Amino acid sequence: MAPPSGTTTILPPLDRRAVLKESAYIAIFVFALAFGLVGFKTEDVPGGLEIVTRFGQVFVAALVAFVGRLGMILLREQRPVPVLWGSAAFAAVMLALLIGNLAAPAADLTRYLPFGSVVINWLVTLLAVVFFGRAVWVLRHRSRAVTAGREAVMDRVAARVQRSARVIGPLLLGIAIVFPFLPVADRWLLDIAILVATYIMLGWGLNIVVGLAGLLDLGYVAFYAVGAYSYALLATYFDLGFWVCLPFAGIMAAFAGILLGFPVLRLRGDYLAIVTLGFGEMIRVILLNWYKFTKGPDGISGIPRPSFFGLPFTRNPPDGSESFHSFFGLEYSPLDRIIFLYYLIIALALVTNFFTLRIRKLPVGRAWEALREDETACRSIGINPRNTKLTAFAIGAMFGGFGGSFFATRQGFISPESFTFIESAIILAVVVLGGMGSQIGVAFAAVILIGLPEFFRELQQYRMLAFGAAMVMIMVWRPRGLLAHREPTIRLFPQGPPVKEPKT
Amino acid sequence: MNGNGGAHGLIAVEHLTMRFGGLVAVDDVSFDGADRQITAIIGPNGAGKTTVFNCLTGFYKPTVGRLTLNHPENGQFLLERMEGYQIPARAGIARTFQNIRLFPAMSVLENLVLAQHNVLMRASGFSVAGLLGMRRYREAERQAVDLAKYWLDRTSLTERADWEAGNLPYGDQRRLEIARAMCTKPVLLCLDEPAAGLNPKESAELNKLLLYVRDEHRIGLLLIEHDMSVVMEISDRIIVLDYGRNIAAGTPDEIKNNPDVIRAYLGETEDEELPATVARDLQDSAPRS
Repeated sequence: MAPPSGTTTILPPLDRRAVLKESAYIAIFVFALAFGLVGFKTEDVPGGLEIVTRFGQVFVAALVAFVGRLGMILLREQRPVPVLWGSAAFAAVMLALLIGNLAAPAADLTRYLPFGSVVINWLVTLLAVVFFGRAVWVLRHRSRAVTAGREAVMDRVAARVQRSARVIGPLLLGIAIVFPFLPVADRWLLDIAILVATYIMLGWGLNIVVGLAGLLDLGYVAFYAVGAYSYALLATYFDLGFWVCLPFAGIMAAFAGILLGFPVLRLRGDYLAIVTLGFGEMIRVILLNWYKFTKGPDGISGIPRPSFFGLPFTRNPPDGSESFHSFFGLEYSPLDRIIFLYYLIIALALVTNFFTLRIRKLPVGRAWEALREDETACRSIGINPRNTKLTAFAIGAMFGGFGGSFFATRQGFISPESFTFIESAIILAVVVLGGMGSQIGVAFAAVILIGLPEFFRELQQYRMLAFGAAMVMIMVWRPRGLLAHREPTIRLFPQGPPVKEPKT
Repeated sequence: MNGNGGAHGLIAVEHLTMRFGGLVAVDDVSFDGADRQITAIIGPNGAGKTTVFNCLTGFYKPTVGRLTLNHPENGQFLLERMEGYQIPARAGIARTFQNIRLFPAMSVLENLVLAQHNVLMRASGFSVAGLLGMRRYREAERQAVDLAKYWLDRTSLTERADWEAGNLPYGDQRRLEIARAMCTKPVLLCLDEPAAGLNPKESAELNKLLLYVRDEHRIGLLLIEHDMSVVMEISDRIIVLDYGRNIAAGTPDEIKNNPDVIRAYLGETEDEELPATVARDLQDSAPRS
């Protein structure tokens, strides 16, 4: 259908009035939204709060929305040339100003930027670049099947990423291993990396339950909490070390998983999600109210830090013992402990990943996936759905528990505050965004969802807005997740079928 | 009431009744199914055929009745007392569904390997040996793939072994479901309308496959089917249900000429007593349909 590039195509005439009307609607909509959200701002002044108005920004936002919508319509209607020039000019000016500002802050070029926030300015510039790229693409492939093309492109990317996981995986792992020794790695960046790695591990753990077994679990944080409290309580009551407690924390969490699993065996879909949500809250409320045992809202402090095979990371070890730096004859550095924590969580995450990849190819793993596909069919071929579900809950919960004890040892202090529903939601978002069942996708999504917001701290409360908007966009464009692609666990013809497959 | 031609009784259904609240879906049905025989269950829509299947394969617990399966190796099983998933696993009854139920996102081969779940599960030492990558498990998996290959070959699906099951054409999905059921190594195969939606050529191939299963694998088959070209050609015995009751049983020829069956399929006149001439006309016209 698509004419070869280079030939002129006859396009339906553009209804200028309709185009302007549509763009104006969007501008009015953005204006109405921004009037309240952006137009007024409270500011601390001596003697109280003062309301500052920023109506200029509201008008700029509406204008940007108008122009952006116009550009989208033109692209949709196969008229990329004005968009091409417009976005190029805009991006060039913006980049010149922004880079100029970085190079010479004294010149006060920010006066000429449309928005007050540097991050927003960068984002708008990025948007202009995306428009430019899109315009170039449309110009080169003047094809009608734009949406279908994008879907297919993303599917192909997902498939390629999945197939080349053998290359990408070790590469990313290599980067992760050398990361603490790179010159850029300071305390702040390492902390973010630890946070991201924690969510990668939790995402991989939840992926077993949600991605493989297809059991929508909205209370995953409960197992995280059980793991954290198991370690904290065992350590403070019985004076046990991290490595002794780690398996116990996993076992306790797995037990909690089975406890949750039994009542929900017959539930599916939405009903299951509601019960798991309730379970997550139950655990938190118990931790909050069982004051004698868990110290309730006061939390548990003084949780022992992990040691390197018995060598603590302290500057001045107690007499007669050695610490990490003195044993290895190194200069004491507070970063040592952070780097050790970093490697610890990377190792835990790797164990989770290795286990998942391995178990997927075993009968249990296949049965989990079969359960996700069709429970009735499972029973008809003799798979015990009860045991299969319980193992999925237990093993997913176990990794949540490992993650929890890591959290406890890293923070040194835990309280029920850390285990609210939003945590479950974020972990689930990591899994869904990455692509259910895709290991690399989950890692990728954790970097995007956990790492990027740290860099956008300047946006304050709009971070969550952007987070929500990103989720909506993913659900519209890639409902199965960014990198959702399933490779069979076993192939009859690893090199492709002997006879050419007929096209379907 | 059913002489089954002297063959070994594989499955015996006695006084099976299934009520859903006030609705009696199956009412005091008794029949036998034999080894190395194809027993067809026919009847108009809503006659309770699928309900009988669901009772046999453990999806429903019968209200009344006894279902006995004589497994040639594992002994006797009382199906109404077993949990659903144990019936295929231990008693050796496999089934297919009226609306195909595969694992659509998984590959064809995976579907067949999954059917051997319990064997593989034991071989993998409930995952421990499997996780450690022990030889015992790898050997068991190889055997599972071999069995899968055999059935792929029989159902001419070998070329598409690595396809997603959900992407197969309809006829292939039907055959794959039968292959999957056979991979559980059953002694009784229950097929719920296997020819539904197949074209005449595919139906003929299906007939061949079912006869092959009966003759080479020497197992019993129970078959629900509306397609009379399949039923009459391959069945050894036919059982007719109507409104949950067993109204006739016998060989295809006997059934073709049974007045009750004809009445069930063509309906009754309002008059209680059918004039003799009309009855004879009906009888003559019915079998040809």
